[in-house]
Amino acid sequence: MIDATLLFGELAYWQQTSLRVVGGLTAVLLIAGTLVYVHLFKLVSFMQSRLGPMEAGPFGSLQLLAEVGKFLQKEDIFPRKADKFVFAAAPFVVLMSTFLLVVVVPGGPDAWFIDSDIGVYLAMAVSSISVIGILMAGWGSASKYSLLGGLRATGQLIAYELPLILAVVGVVIQAGTMNMQLIVYAQADGAIFGWGGIGNPYILTQGVGFLLFMIAMQAELTQTPFDMPIAESELVTGYMTEYSGMRFLLFFIGEFATAGVFSAIAAVLFLGGWYIPGIDPDDNIMNVLGPIVMLTKIVGLTFLVFWFRFTFPRFREDQLQKLAWKVLIPLALANIMVTGILKVAF
Amino acid sequence: MTAISDREKLSYIAAQAADARLNLELETEGMTLNLGPQHPATHGTLRIIAKLDGEQVISAEPVMGYMHRGYEKLAEVRTYPQVTALVNRIDWVGSFANEVPFILAAEKLMEVEAPPRAQWIRTTLFEMSRVANISLFLGDMALQLGATTPAFFAFRDREHVLNQIEAVTGGRFHPNFDRIGGLKDDLPAGWITETKRAMRKMRQFCEEMEQLVLGNEIFAARSRGIGVIPADIGLSYGLSGANIRSSGVDWDSRRDNPCGLVHSELDWKVWTHPDGDSFARFWVRLQEVRESTKMIDQLLDGLPSGPIMAKVPRIIKVPAGEAYVETENPLGVMGYYVISKGDLVPYRVKIRSASFSNISITPWLLQGVYVPDIITILASLYFILGDIDR
Amino acid sequence: MALVPGLIKGLGVTGGTLLRTVFPDGWKKPIPNPVKGAETVQYPHEKEAPPPRARGVIALHEENCTACMLCARECPDWCIYIEGHKEKAPPRRAGGKPRQVNALDRFDIDYALCMYCGICVDVCPFEALFWSPEYEFSEPRIADLLHDKSRLAEWMETVPEFEPYEAGSEAKIKTVPPT
Repeated sequence: MIDATLLFGELAYWQQTSLRVVGGLTAVLLIAGTLVYVHLFKLVSFMQSRLGPMEAGPFGSLQLLAEVGKFLQKEDIFPRKADKFVFAAAPFVVLMSTFLLVVVVPGGPDAWFIDSDIGVYLAMAVSSISVIGILMAGWGSASKYSLLGGLRATGQLIAYELPLILAVVGVVIQAGTMNMQLIVYAQADGAIFGWGGIGNPYILTQGVGFLLFMIAMQAELTQTPFDMPIAESELVTGYMTEYSGMRFLLFFIGEFATAGVFSAIAAVLFLGGWYIPGIDPDDNIMNVLGPIVMLTKIVGLTFLVFWFRFTFPRFREDQLQKLAWKVLIPLALANIMVTGILKVAF
Repeated sequence: MTAISDREKLSYIAAQAADARLNLELETEGMTLNLGPQHPATHGTLRIIAKLDGEQVISAEPVMGYMHRGYEKLAEVRTYPQVTALVNRIDWVGSFANEVPFILAAEKLMEVEAPPRAQWIRTTLFEMSRVANISLFLGDMALQLGATTPAFFAFRDREHVLNQIEAVTGGRFHPNFDRIGGLKDDLPAGWITETKRAMRKMRQFCEEMEQLVLGNEIFAARSRGIGVIPADIGLSYGLSGANIRSSGVDWDSRRDNPCGLVHSELDWKVWTHPDGDSFARFWVRLQEVRESTKMIDQLLDGLPSGPIMAKVPRIIKVPAGEAYVETENPLGVMGYYVISKGDLVPYRVKIRSASFSNISITPWLLQGVYVPDIITILASLYFILGDIDR
Repeated sequence: MALVPGLIKGLGVTGGTLLRTVFPDGWKKPIPNPVKGAETVQYPHEKEAPPPRARGVIALHEENCTACMLCARECPDWCIYIEGHKEKAPPRRAGGKPRQVNALDRFDIDYALCMYCGICVDVCPFEALFWSPEYEFSEPRIADLLHDKSRLAEWMETVPEFEPYEAGSEAKIKTVPPT
């Protein structure tokens, strides 16, 4: 996540670009790996009174490498009636949306991939690309379970896109910008009733927005209370049913990396992003500390995601839609209204 | 510019109108979803052929027999002690309970009665197999509805009960401990205190399940009003056990038809629920586990002393005759109809297993529900494949 | 609606288990020690002792066996193979007649077929068969699960003494012959 402009002096455009690509890959894979190990392997195991993997490396820390090795060895099976190209391309489309998402997340005053004035807008737009990938997987697999899963996923992701965007609108109104970097600065420079000790993380003023964002995020990630598209006990694994080997691994990475990236966006929008209270946000040290702060916040937020995932049963498709359209969206609209009124009033 | 004759115009309009009507009345083709025989939700090899319209089930048909092992036929060429080892494997989660009705039927034919101590220990193990069985259900139903952790909790705490069963019978899953005229062995020293500790753990587990699953709003939303079985329809399909008790029918073989077991000497309650839906079935089973743990405590407190084996010849020949004994097994009423011609082996054994009858209501019950509800209903009916296919 | 929503209570249960697993010693000694807190056992490194009655594997005390074939006949899936012959043994007392004893040539149990029901141990009238809680005898090839009498005799060493009974019992405690 560390961009090189400040650390290594001026670089040519191609050098910057390749550094950014490497940084993006590291950001996605590192986050996905950390989340899988810390949450899926360890904390969730502890929740269930067990230890999780213990054999590969100290406390099973190399288990992930073993898993990746296993997936790479496996045969890449194509169902006979599958739509070959669509089937093969789907995981990449899903993963692409993750990689495109990560570019808007800033990790420090100079550690950013693109400094876009429409960062939030871009993030929300790009996150819907995964729907296409999931629908492609569901359709291309030529399996009824996959098709049902894909259709459910499409309905669900479209329904929850709306509360996700609307929850963000409150933050955008309050910060007055769609630039993720400027949103962090706005929070760092903010003050709570005139006291600027810890800035003003928007979770304090946008608590409802944060709640909505977390719920909608859970649904966007198709994690358990909203995991109808995967639903192991009904649709085997939904749109992923027919995948094996490396393509399944891509879906798997996509799932966890997207969880990480969405948490990163939530951290930037609501928890103040990379800044540390008391350190000047423009200090060069923040380019090193910022990503670490971000990683901590990501791990914290994803813990919530996985805590919910492993505690709750899942909704039914119609209940899930009802929740989105009848509860979350009106709530989000009310939140925008209140935020707008307060913004104009003060 | 081409001139279009009136005739052409008219036929074009007619075609458009026909298209429009077709679009209006367009009927989408249904889909047949084949759940199983290898499907994560059918825990075993049950197959459900569901005809769907969208996600709604038009008709569903259970196909069973993928794991038919022919126990009724096998029993005809096995001596009575050997049959006990076989029938263990019918409902493999609560296996001791499978032996009891068979042994009771054989005892009825031989006109022997187990000594009191044997009867009490038999009842204790019978109830313990119920706890082991239904506690698994509590976790499993939550798992089917998407919550992973309750299943782990169920396996974790069930272990305590299985350990106690193993400590006395030597087998965790297949005790083969019941003998005609008594039991194979007496309890080892220290078993009673350990078992009481395990029962306390199980009650704690019930509390946890109540908080984690039963009180969960999502669980209630998924299971309330889903798969409602009215009492009369349930009875006409031959439902038994917790499935019929959760439809409000106050019928428990342990209380109404005690034979050979000592439930009548205990202080306990038959739980019923008026709703008859999936939630009620979960609720009733949860209460039953708790009630069983209390029963086991009472049984261990009141354990009489004495021998554990009645006088039975070493080589067992059962006199000619017929006997039918049914008991309230964890899954429902299980009965054995044994016909003997006075040989070493039974002439014919008919096994009435609970799950077979319980699952037979599915075509009626699954009509018009959604695909996710199929899973809820199947999970809440609670069947063990071995008990269906035998 | 309950006072505390069930969703929160559920989170409390899983979260509580998480804390109990990570901090098994409670708040007085908050040192993370999940290895102690978890209910699972790390199998090859750490083993749970099965109870003495556990039906792990059948051990043969060869001296007691008279090749009477009762076990082989009573076995529900006929997985015991016995061959024997009669032979003259030296007399018990000097000057007596030589005795006729049954000698055991072959005593194989096919553990691939065995369903561990314990009937053979029960029916043995000479106390030649015993249950051992030993359970680690898997083989890569199914044919190798046919174990002969020398292997079965090795397991005699792992047979534990019979436990005493619970109060109120009138059963007699059996003994294991010394090997």
